[in-house]
Amino acid sequence: MTALTILLVLVLLLVVFGLLFRLQILTSIFSGTFTRDIGMSNSVNAILMLVFLIGGGAWFAYSFAENFNKMNPPIASVHGHQMERMFWTTMTIIGIAFVITQTLLFIYSYKYQHKEGRRAFFFAHNNKIEVIWTVIPAIVMAALIFAGWKAWTRITGAAPKSAVVVEVMGKQFNWLVRYPGRDMKLGVINYRMIDAVNEWGFDLSDKSALDDFTSNEIHVPKGVPVLIKIRSRDVLHAVYMPHFRVQMYAVPGMPTRFWFTPTTTTNEMRARLGNPKFNYELACNQVCGGSHFAMKATVIVDEPDEYQNWYAAQQSFSQKNPEVMAAFKQKAKPSVSKTAEPAEAQEAAPAPLAATY
Amino acid sequence: MSDMAAKPNLSPGVQAQGGIGTAAVPATEHGDHLHHDDHEHHDQHWLWKYVFSQDHKQIAKQFLITGMLWAVLGGTLSSLFRLQLGWPEGSMEWLTPVLGKWIQAGKLNPEFYLALVTMHGTIMVFFVLTAGLSGTFSNFLIPLQVGARDMASGFMNMLSYWFFFLSSVIMFASLFIETGPAAAGWTIYPPLSALPQAIPGSGAGMTLWLVSMVFFIVSQLLGGVNYVTTVINLRTRGMSMSKLPLTIWAFFLTAILGILAFPVLFSAALLLVFDRSFGTSFFLSDIYIAGQALSNQGGSPVLFQHLFWFLGHPEVYIVIMPAMGMVSEVLATNARKPIFGYRAMIGSLIGISLLSFVVWAHHMFVTGMNPFLGSVFMFLTLIIAVPSGVKVFNWLATLWRGNIRFTAAMLFAIGFVSLFISGGLTGIILGNATLDIQMHNTYFVVAHFHLVMGAAAFFGLFAGVYHWFPKMFGRMMDEKLGYIHFWLTFVGVYLVFMPMHYVGIAGFPRRYYAWTGFDAFSQFADLNRFISIAAIIAFLGQFIFLFNFFYSIFRGRRATQNPWNSTTLEWTTPINPGHGNWPGEIPAVYRWPYDYSKPGSEADFIPQNVPYSQTQSSNLPYEQDMAE
Repeated sequence: MTALTILLVLVLLLVVFGLLFRLQILTSIFSGTFTRDIGMSNSVNAILMLVFLIGGGAWFAYSFAENFNKMNPPIASVHGHQMERMFWTTMTIIGIAFVITQTLLFIYSYKYQHKEGRRAFFFAHNNKIEVIWTVIPAIVMAALIFAGWKAWTRITGAAPKSAVVVEVMGKQFNWLVRYPGRDMKLGVINYRMIDAVNEWGFDLSDKSALDDFTSNEIHVPKGVPVLIKIRSRDVLHAVYMPHFRVQMYAVPGMPTRFWFTPTTTTNEMRARLGNPKFNYELACNQVCGGSHFAMKATVIVDEPDEYQNWYAAQQSFSQKNPEVMAAFKQKAKPSVSKTAEPAEAQEAAPAPLAATY
Repeated sequence: MSDMAAKPNLSPGVQAQGGIGTAAVPATEHGDHLHHDDHEHHDQHWLWKYVFSQDHKQIAKQFLITGMLWAVLGGTLSSLFRLQLGWPEGSMEWLTPVLGKWIQAGKLNPEFYLALVTMHGTIMVFFVLTAGLSGTFSNFLIPLQVGARDMASGFMNMLSYWFFFLSSVIMFASLFIETGPAAAGWTIYPPLSALPQAIPGSGAGMTLWLVSMVFFIVSQLLGGVNYVTTVINLRTRGMSMSKLPLTIWAFFLTAILGILAFPVLFSAALLLVFDRSFGTSFFLSDIYIAGQALSNQGGSPVLFQHLFWFLGHPEVYIVIMPAMGMVSEVLATNARKPIFGYRAMIGSLIGISLLSFVVWAHHMFVTGMNPFLGSVFMFLTLIIAVPSGVKVFNWLATLWRGNIRFTAAMLFAIGFVSLFISGGLTGIILGNATLDIQMHNTYFVVAHFHLVMGAAAFFGLFAGVYHWFPKMFGRMMDEKLGYIHFWLTFVGVYLVFMPMHYVGIAGFPRRYYAWTGFDAFSQFADLNRFISIAAIIAFLGQFIFLFNFFYSIFRGRRATQNPWNSTTLEWTTPINPGHGNWPGEIPAVYRWPYDYSKPGSEADFIPQNVPYSQTQSSNLPYEQDMAE
């Protein structure tokens, strides 16, 4: 259907072009001004400038309005709403500049098309005008910079002490999630201890790692600041949660972070959208390999008490994986056993890509 | 003189316009020039004349045609991945004869998809819009417009092309190797680009990419040093810096940017080679991949991004500034008006050049860089809107009350201004660190830069080719085909990139093989198909241009000496200038290049080489002083 529309537009354009051209020739023959000079194709192009301005403007306005809802997915974080206002304010400002300059460009092109006997106005410079159109944009920019800077400092500033902490780690091609457990302290991890079972590389000789638990989904409470700590264990990834207006790279060797406050639970959003299957999504937004496009995690926003219950019900990694725990206990003795080896070998042959899409 | 009068096509314009050059030359030599353009190299072997030429005009054509071949390839790659994006469920079985093993069971291999976008970006940014655009027109126009016989070093200039050629051959070869070409994105961020375990394209494909880029950088530096030297040292008598056409100012500043920025890319590439091949850890740390913990420690992937974008950002100005210069020239010539605010135009070019070196980290707001740096770079980035705005307003003022001739070149110049506005304005969103949190790496970015430095630079390139084709080949391109080419491309570009903003605002990430896995991004199936169709049609439209170009080289209408009634020096050369450009003495320059429609002058243009003493009726008071 769209193919047809586009083809139609293009064909129409060519037809209009051809017709105008013919018309121009015919009229110029009748009026006796038919010359193979600048004249005719020049005014055809001038008219097309006008046609483009009106037709293009109409198409843009129409398609923008038609897609407006689609391009505004729901927002569910405190700073997200502020960003959204700033985004559409800035869009309005640049929209005004866009309309003025584009209109002038095409109107001038049409209006000042070549006319026999007319002479262009020799107008080389005018300092006053130059100053005006340097200063006005500069002032507008200053205002935008100030607003942007204030919001940026607030968003990227330190997370409140009360923030709940969740850590995600990117790997080809999924997200690992862990929580600090009852002691609220994330334990030490070491990438050299990673294997097929211990995907995080938990160093279980560290006491605060013992109660850390992992999860397949990211659970966060509504209305409470959430600090997401971000790591990568292989290549660059990026944590991108469009509904929360959150984005931060996951960098191997350099932990990063981002904090935000969710405003709407998953259930509330499902009810609001009338879509029982709705989920907040976390997408990888820095190219990381063949299945980059499928590197996804689900984020669930709970009511605070639901979140508490869920949190309390989780079993720690060390409890779930007694064999890893045992290996660490053994490692504490002088002879280091290499229990991790077979597991590593297993992962060394990753599943074929074809299976993932 | 009598001898010359008998030969009418010998630069009569130069005489009529008061050029002093040709008169001083012995008539016999002129006679020769009539029949052989390159009298000095009469018995030159074709190999030295056409292949290993040291003539800047020939080298420019070599850059142009190589660039065009690359553009066809780059466009073809984009059509392939647009097919995938438009019809993610569709079968690509029919492409198996071409793509071979990269199609499995009718599906495009997702890793090869990444290779396609990587190579599309690399080819378009470096090989087409840097070498093909700046390489062509800096080479072609600098000596002709400043009044020089050739570049400061013809030999270095030739090397510049052949290093580019070598670089091209290597990059082209990388498309055909077993593990596929580089696939880590054109920005080749490590660790992905450093580890073949992470993606097959980071094996031999990446090695070839890096080797190719090293040769490319050498080519750029050889060219750039030459351009700067030529502009500084080889200007003809009277051609002060304040009389240079804006094209030359743009090429000059572009060359300086290149000289300062490309070595940093070289260092980044070199360190990456070390990390890849010699076990160093500049960019690698704490990595566990393919079942193995790597020994690299202490490196920083973010360091690479700093190095890359220290080139990468000036690079987009390296791409766009030559286009700005040529567009200024074409607009003034065809509006028959002086460019408005000549000095402000130079000032804004200088401002953009300076700022372009201190904004690179706006590509890195959310890469984990210190947020304070984000504030600084947001501030510096948004300032660029001011000189860019000045340029747009000055172009508009140039059209105001002009007497516009819509040549194909003029149409593309107007199209350039339109695209530059459309794409430039969204930069105000992306340069704002706060808004970039949401927009970073989405299709909003893709739409932004394709309009402002992709399509716009292409439009500058087309404007330049249509405008200077008569000087390059002594023939005219067909204007009607030029019009059709323009309108098809102009409409096509907007149909492709405007909807991309919508997809981007919704947050659809770039470099996604398919969006079908995410609910948040899956509502745009129709729009994606629309974009794909428009893109493929617009791409096919470029073959009109290719046909027109190659047909006109051999069959085009013969050009007159100064077909556009332009003021600049290149039009005082013979129709087919030989090596050395002017058969006689190089004309001297007396005035700025924009004396169009000057009150009091009968013709609506006064070439730069006409002294004030010959234009008493149109001289401004201070010019009258110079005439006396």
